[in-house]
Amino acid sequence: MNRIYKLIVTLALSLTAVSTYAQENTFPTNGVNTQADIYYAFTHAKIYIDPTTIVTDATLLIRNGVVEQVGTNMALPTNTVIINCTDKWIYPSFIDAFAPNIGIAENKFKGSDDTQYESNKKGAYYWNETIQPEYNAAENYSYVDAQADELRKLGFGTINTFNANGIVRGTSVVTTLAQNKEYKTLVKENATMQLSFNKGVSRQEYPTSLMGSIALLRQALYDAQWYKNETNKKETNLSLQALNYHWNIPFVFDASDKQNIVRANTIAKEFNKQFIIKATGDEYQRIQDIKALNTQLIATVHLPTAYDVEDAADAENVSLSELKHWELAVTNLATLEKNEIVFALSTQGLKEKKEFWNNLRKYIAYGLTETTALKALLTVPAEQLQISNKVGSLNIGRIANFIITNGNIFNAKTVILNNYTQGEAHSYKALQTIETRGKYVMDYDSKIQFILSGTADSPKIKLTNDTSNYKAIYKIERSLITLNYDVPTAGTIRLTGVTSPDGATLNGYGYNENGKQITWKATRTQAYQDTVKVKSDTVKVLELGHVTYPMMAYGFDTLPKTKTYHIKNATIWTNESEGIVTNTDVILQNGKIKAIGKNIVTPQGADTINATGMHLTAGIIDEHSHIAVSGGVNEGAQAVTAEVSIADVVNADDINIYRQLSGGVVASQLLHGSANVIGGQSAIIKLRWGASAEQLKIAGADKFIKCALGENVKQSNWGDKFTKRFPQTRMGVEQTFIDAFTRAKEYERKKTQSNYRKDLECEVLLEIVNKQRFITCHSYLQSEVNMLMHVADSFGFKINTFTHILEGYKIADKLKAHGANASTFSDWWAYKMEVQDAIPYNGALLHKMGVNTSFNSDDAEMARRLNQEAGKAVKYGNVSEEEALKFVTLNPAKMLHLDAKMGSIKIGKDADVVLWNTNPLSVYARAQKTFVDGILCYDITKDAQLRSDIAYERNRIIQKLITLKNSGTPVIKTMPKKQLLYDCESIEQDYIAK
Amino acid sequence: MMKQITILFITLCTLHGIIIAQNKQTVYTHATLHIGNNQVITNGILAIKNGKIKAASSTYTPLATDSVIDATNQHIYPGIIAPYITLGLTEVDAVRSTIDFAEAGSINPHVRAQIAYNTDSKIIPTVRSNGVLIVQSTPRGGLISGQSSVMSLNGWNWEDATIKADDGVHINWPSLLVASGWSELGPTGWEKNKNYETQLQTLTQFLYEAKAYNKTATTTINNQKLKAMKEVFDGNKRVYVYANSAKEITEAITLLLKLEVKYPVIIGGAEAYKVPELFTKNNIPIIIGRTHALPYKEDADIYANTKLANELKNKNILFAISDEGDMEAMQARNLPFQAGTTVAFGLTTEEALQAVTLNTAKIMGIDANYGSLEIGKNATFFISTGDALDAKSNNVTTAYTNGLVVDLNNHQKELYGKYATKFGLKKQ
Repeated sequence: MNRIYKLIVTLALSLTAVSTYAQENTFPTNGVNTQADIYYAFTHAKIYIDPTTIVTDATLLIRNGVVEQVGTNMALPTNTVIINCTDKWIYPSFIDAFAPNIGIAENKFKGSDDTQYESNKKGAYYWNETIQPEYNAAENYSYVDAQADELRKLGFGTINTFNANGIVRGTSVVTTLAQNKEYKTLVKENATMQLSFNKGVSRQEYPTSLMGSIALLRQALYDAQWYKNETNKKETNLSLQALNYHWNIPFVFDASDKQNIVRANTIAKEFNKQFIIKATGDEYQRIQDIKALNTQLIATVHLPTAYDVEDAADAENVSLSELKHWELAVTNLATLEKNEIVFALSTQGLKEKKEFWNNLRKYIAYGLTETTALKALLTVPAEQLQISNKVGSLNIGRIANFIITNGNIFNAKTVILNNYTQGEAHSYKALQTIETRGKYVMDYDSKIQFILSGTADSPKIKLTNDTSNYKAIYKIERSLITLNYDVPTAGTIRLTGVTSPDGATLNGYGYNENGKQITWKATRTQAYQDTVKVKSDTVKVLELGHVTYPMMAYGFDTLPKTKTYHIKNATIWTNESEGIVTNTDVILQNGKIKAIGKNIVTPQGADTINATGMHLTAGIIDEHSHIAVSGGVNEGAQAVTAEVSIADVVNADDINIYRQLSGGVVASQLLHGSANVIGGQSAIIKLRWGASAEQLKIAGADKFIKCALGENVKQSNWGDKFTKRFPQTRMGVEQTFIDAFTRAKEYERKKTQSNYRKDLECEVLLEIVNKQRFITCHSYLQSEVNMLMHVADSFGFKINTFTHILEGYKIADKLKAHGANASTFSDWWAYKMEVQDAIPYNGALLHKMGVNTSFNSDDAEMARRLNQEAGKAVKYGNVSEEEALKFVTLNPAKMLHLDAKMGSIKIGKDADVVLWNTNPLSVYARAQKTFVDGILCYDITKDAQLRSDIAYERNRIIQKLITLKNSGTPVIKTMPKKQLLYDCESIEQDYIAK
Repeated sequence: MMKQITILFITLCTLHGIIIAQNKQTVYTHATLHIGNNQVITNGILAIKNGKIKAASSTYTPLATDSVIDATNQHIYPGIIAPYITLGLTEVDAVRSTIDFAEAGSINPHVRAQIAYNTDSKIIPTVRSNGVLIVQSTPRGGLISGQSSVMSLNGWNWEDATIKADDGVHINWPSLLVASGWSELGPTGWEKNKNYETQLQTLTQFLYEAKAYNKTATTTINNQKLKAMKEVFDGNKRVYVYANSAKEITEAITLLLKLEVKYPVIIGGAEAYKVPELFTKNNIPIIIGRTHALPYKEDADIYANTKLANELKNKNILFAISDEGDMEAMQARNLPFQAGTTVAFGLTTEEALQAVTLNTAKIMGIDANYGSLEIGKNATFFISTGDALDAKSNNVTTAYTNGLVVDLNNHQKELYGKYATKFGLKKQ
């Protein structure tokens, strides 16, 4: 079949190939000259000159692969081949703005047992091999017919292709899909610079995390700026040179989800650039955030496959967020359009490219307009790639890239008949099929009559002899006819022949049932009338659910707003000098604590909450958390990675936010892990469930960074492979700190020079030294804690907090003298050598010695019962209940410098409060209501309602999926989502695509 | 005042050492007795003699010869039992040389925890000082991990610490799903375990062969592994099967019934409440995982694991609570609080206690002598000044196993004392 099809293509080519040759030819010809000066005219067509300029009964005139003229009433030159396109539609062929590795071989991932700290790329290139702006796709592109034809069949004529490998992937090349030598087809080399957060096949250790990718990309861009401005260059860096050379071409960023779109855009803004961002189809879930970026996208037409939910147990594997996305993804493009976000379309992300039109038609059924779809395939990508003067329309002078269809391209029945690339025809179906449908009568026996119906290119036959039906077959291939019919009991009459050009007569020769040769002629007596009802080709539009915030179980239908609440008659743990007061009211208004007192008059419009018998406390603050983080909490590839920041990778779609609200947690410091000496910057968030990542962060909060000591930073428990990275001993840890802070000081001096190299790591280190950023240090042994205090003192700053600090009790006096805070576990120990002397009395001892002490979680599960953990301070060391509660409220607020606004129940402070059914330190306590900024983010009664809503919504979508499966829609097996549960030792070495 | 008396008492006991003579009956009066069988006796009296419980009621009148201790405002509980735990087989999680719970190979029914149980583990004293006095020390890993033994946390050596040797064989039911890869945003999810059928086949075949092997009285070839299964089929040992999803549980129980195993127990059982009839109809008990655990699935009830106990109770399924999970040996001291947490989710305090005492003893087959404060049982109990299931009030002042005094001091208390003294703080 394939071979036949190829043959047809070749034939078509041989007819038209002459026109594709340009007038100049730098290549020698083997044989006589094959060039000629011939026009081709495509007449009587409906022509989309561009998505909004449409002419009917028009002519498209091309020559040498270029549009000469387009319009109506044009005089054709004499040397014109005319192709009649009556009833046909002509569109400019489409542009795939994001077509990775078409004609460019994909790099293969090579596993390695060894750790690789330096680049494997030889030469004067960037230190990290995932930064390769020097890669030039044009130099590596070679035409691959199978890939090109797959796209041509879909109507594409031009692609922007590149090597999808690395964080800076180098420049792309725009080429037509013409089957020709590359020097003829390239439209634009170095068309775009391609970027992503995925380090691709690089085996170099750094980066190991999403935040590391972000930092590396930023540093590379800063390095390029420095390199450009450096007049007296002391090094040659071909990568930076390339980045500068191409600085002004469009930068296209491959983002892998909606939050990464925002992250990518943040980098663009930092460098005064506007990226074009490749999206993945979930933008509708946070459309306001995406719209606010005011950036152009390349959108996908990928749609999630339906799930196989036939088995009740397997169905439980698929989450509501996945079910809802499956249902709502189809609204994505309409949502983009409605929000006036400019986007191009790409076939990238489709499991099979042939899904393209079916999917796009679905998007149209759900509200995307045809005009916007056409723009997204023509003018938008042409403008994004800055090639509007060549492709994207059929204006004069454009490359003759166009398709001929038998109708509206968005109609399911429409077929792309021809795709012309640079004037070269690729024929997928005959342009004109001879119409042989209708009623015919046979010349040798007028009783033999037959009706041809169905489609013109393969009509169905119904043959009768007078009143009897005879079994018959009919085939038409171009103009050749095969017609056989069975005479009952006698045999088969076999006829072959040809149709007249108008299909009015069919004639030829054949053999009767006895094998005797006969001639035959059939004449049409009645034209074909399409009586068969055409099946509706419109996509059945089903009723849909709606987006929730976040788009998952327990999400809000609409973002909740702050209200006025009157909490009546509670036992209030004020954390202030008033202590624990009973039978007291609190008013929450405008996100603040408005009033505290007995028998307060309810403000107008306030919701009253009868808290008789209940306890009200300040919200719990977790000093050490790793929830709500995307792409890893450790950038573990280097000993010092101050440049990375958890704030860059906050994940608003983490169910653990909601779960922790149920334990009364209102704020968390999201820390980098403890894999290295100076880790990354932290993010301090409030658990504003439903808000976007940016909104979770506490505005104006002081800046913190994670450092670490001991076994983790020495890689003691990482396995035998990890013995190379400095430091491997506690001795080396000290030197790493001293070196880092000394470098920071030197950097400060360098910054006074006119063109200093902005070093993101040193910028942050300098903030530490200059007391603009505060250290939370993972620590166990007293020796190393003592050491770090000495190092800090020698640089003139203080360590803000020692976290874990399990041997803190041994040097509580020194911690107190230094002014450090202690954030510890209530009772963890025995998990490694350095915690052998950890004792559960640590918190109590530190507290009694006057060190500001808290209990933290470092664990998504424990975080939601930090109230119980605080209770252990009563058990181990007899801390008073009032003080014990402060271990998880006021004290962490102090160490995070948030106590002016949080941590106690005081008029004017943030309305971050929790209502408990009983003494909050008890294991029998459960948070009944958790308020964050006066917003009721968790409510135990609403939680029950949400669970029944989840069950309802799941069932609604599952019923829909079952119906679809039964009607033949393909489905995939369900697998549960893996939860992102990090603790500070989580290391993701090989998170990259395998 | 009360506290000072308690401290004095501890000191006395410690001085006397573990071999304190007990010919004399000891009687605790005015205590709140939490029997362990869902009963509570306020103002109760507990009498012990020769290592046995002689009385546990509100009416017993002490004899003149009795040594009477006023336990006003004190709570007395049966020793808490931590089932399915690696305590005694591990010391420091990160140090391979201290780990003795996972043998090489996947079918190891012949390996026995009892003889590897380290009575001098530094972790043990920190656990028993919170009221956990008995553990089921259990191997891990592979399809068949080995045999557990029920051990006292108060022993000089594994022999005298043994409460029930080789109480059962532990099977890990193969997982239907296994973790898949990573993307730049984090872990991507789970995939079907391609080896499920093979693993299942290996396990099934072994069990059938073991059954056949042990039917013959004489055999020419000795096979340690097959032989180790004999008492399972004889009905003298439990078979513990670790399985969590409803499908895995269903398949596991189906096989165990086919094999006519007399005492099957499911461990984990996270989704057991979805298939309760399997348990009730076949009288199969469950040892559930931590109540302090996050649900496996994003959509799940956020307290699914905490509520599981109540779900099982409502369906009349015999269950116990374990501490299986991260850092479980060290965390064993929090088992009372894991039980206590279920009280906020439907259980009564006495039911919660039962889930870590009598129920556990019943499941492991040691309830004739352990698990409750009932007459005739061994004197394995502890006294707390406050509610022992609530962390903030758990304060164990006295503990006995089989009538022997438990030293409640530990490395951590010593360090606390040492540094409190250094800093001139008053240790309470």
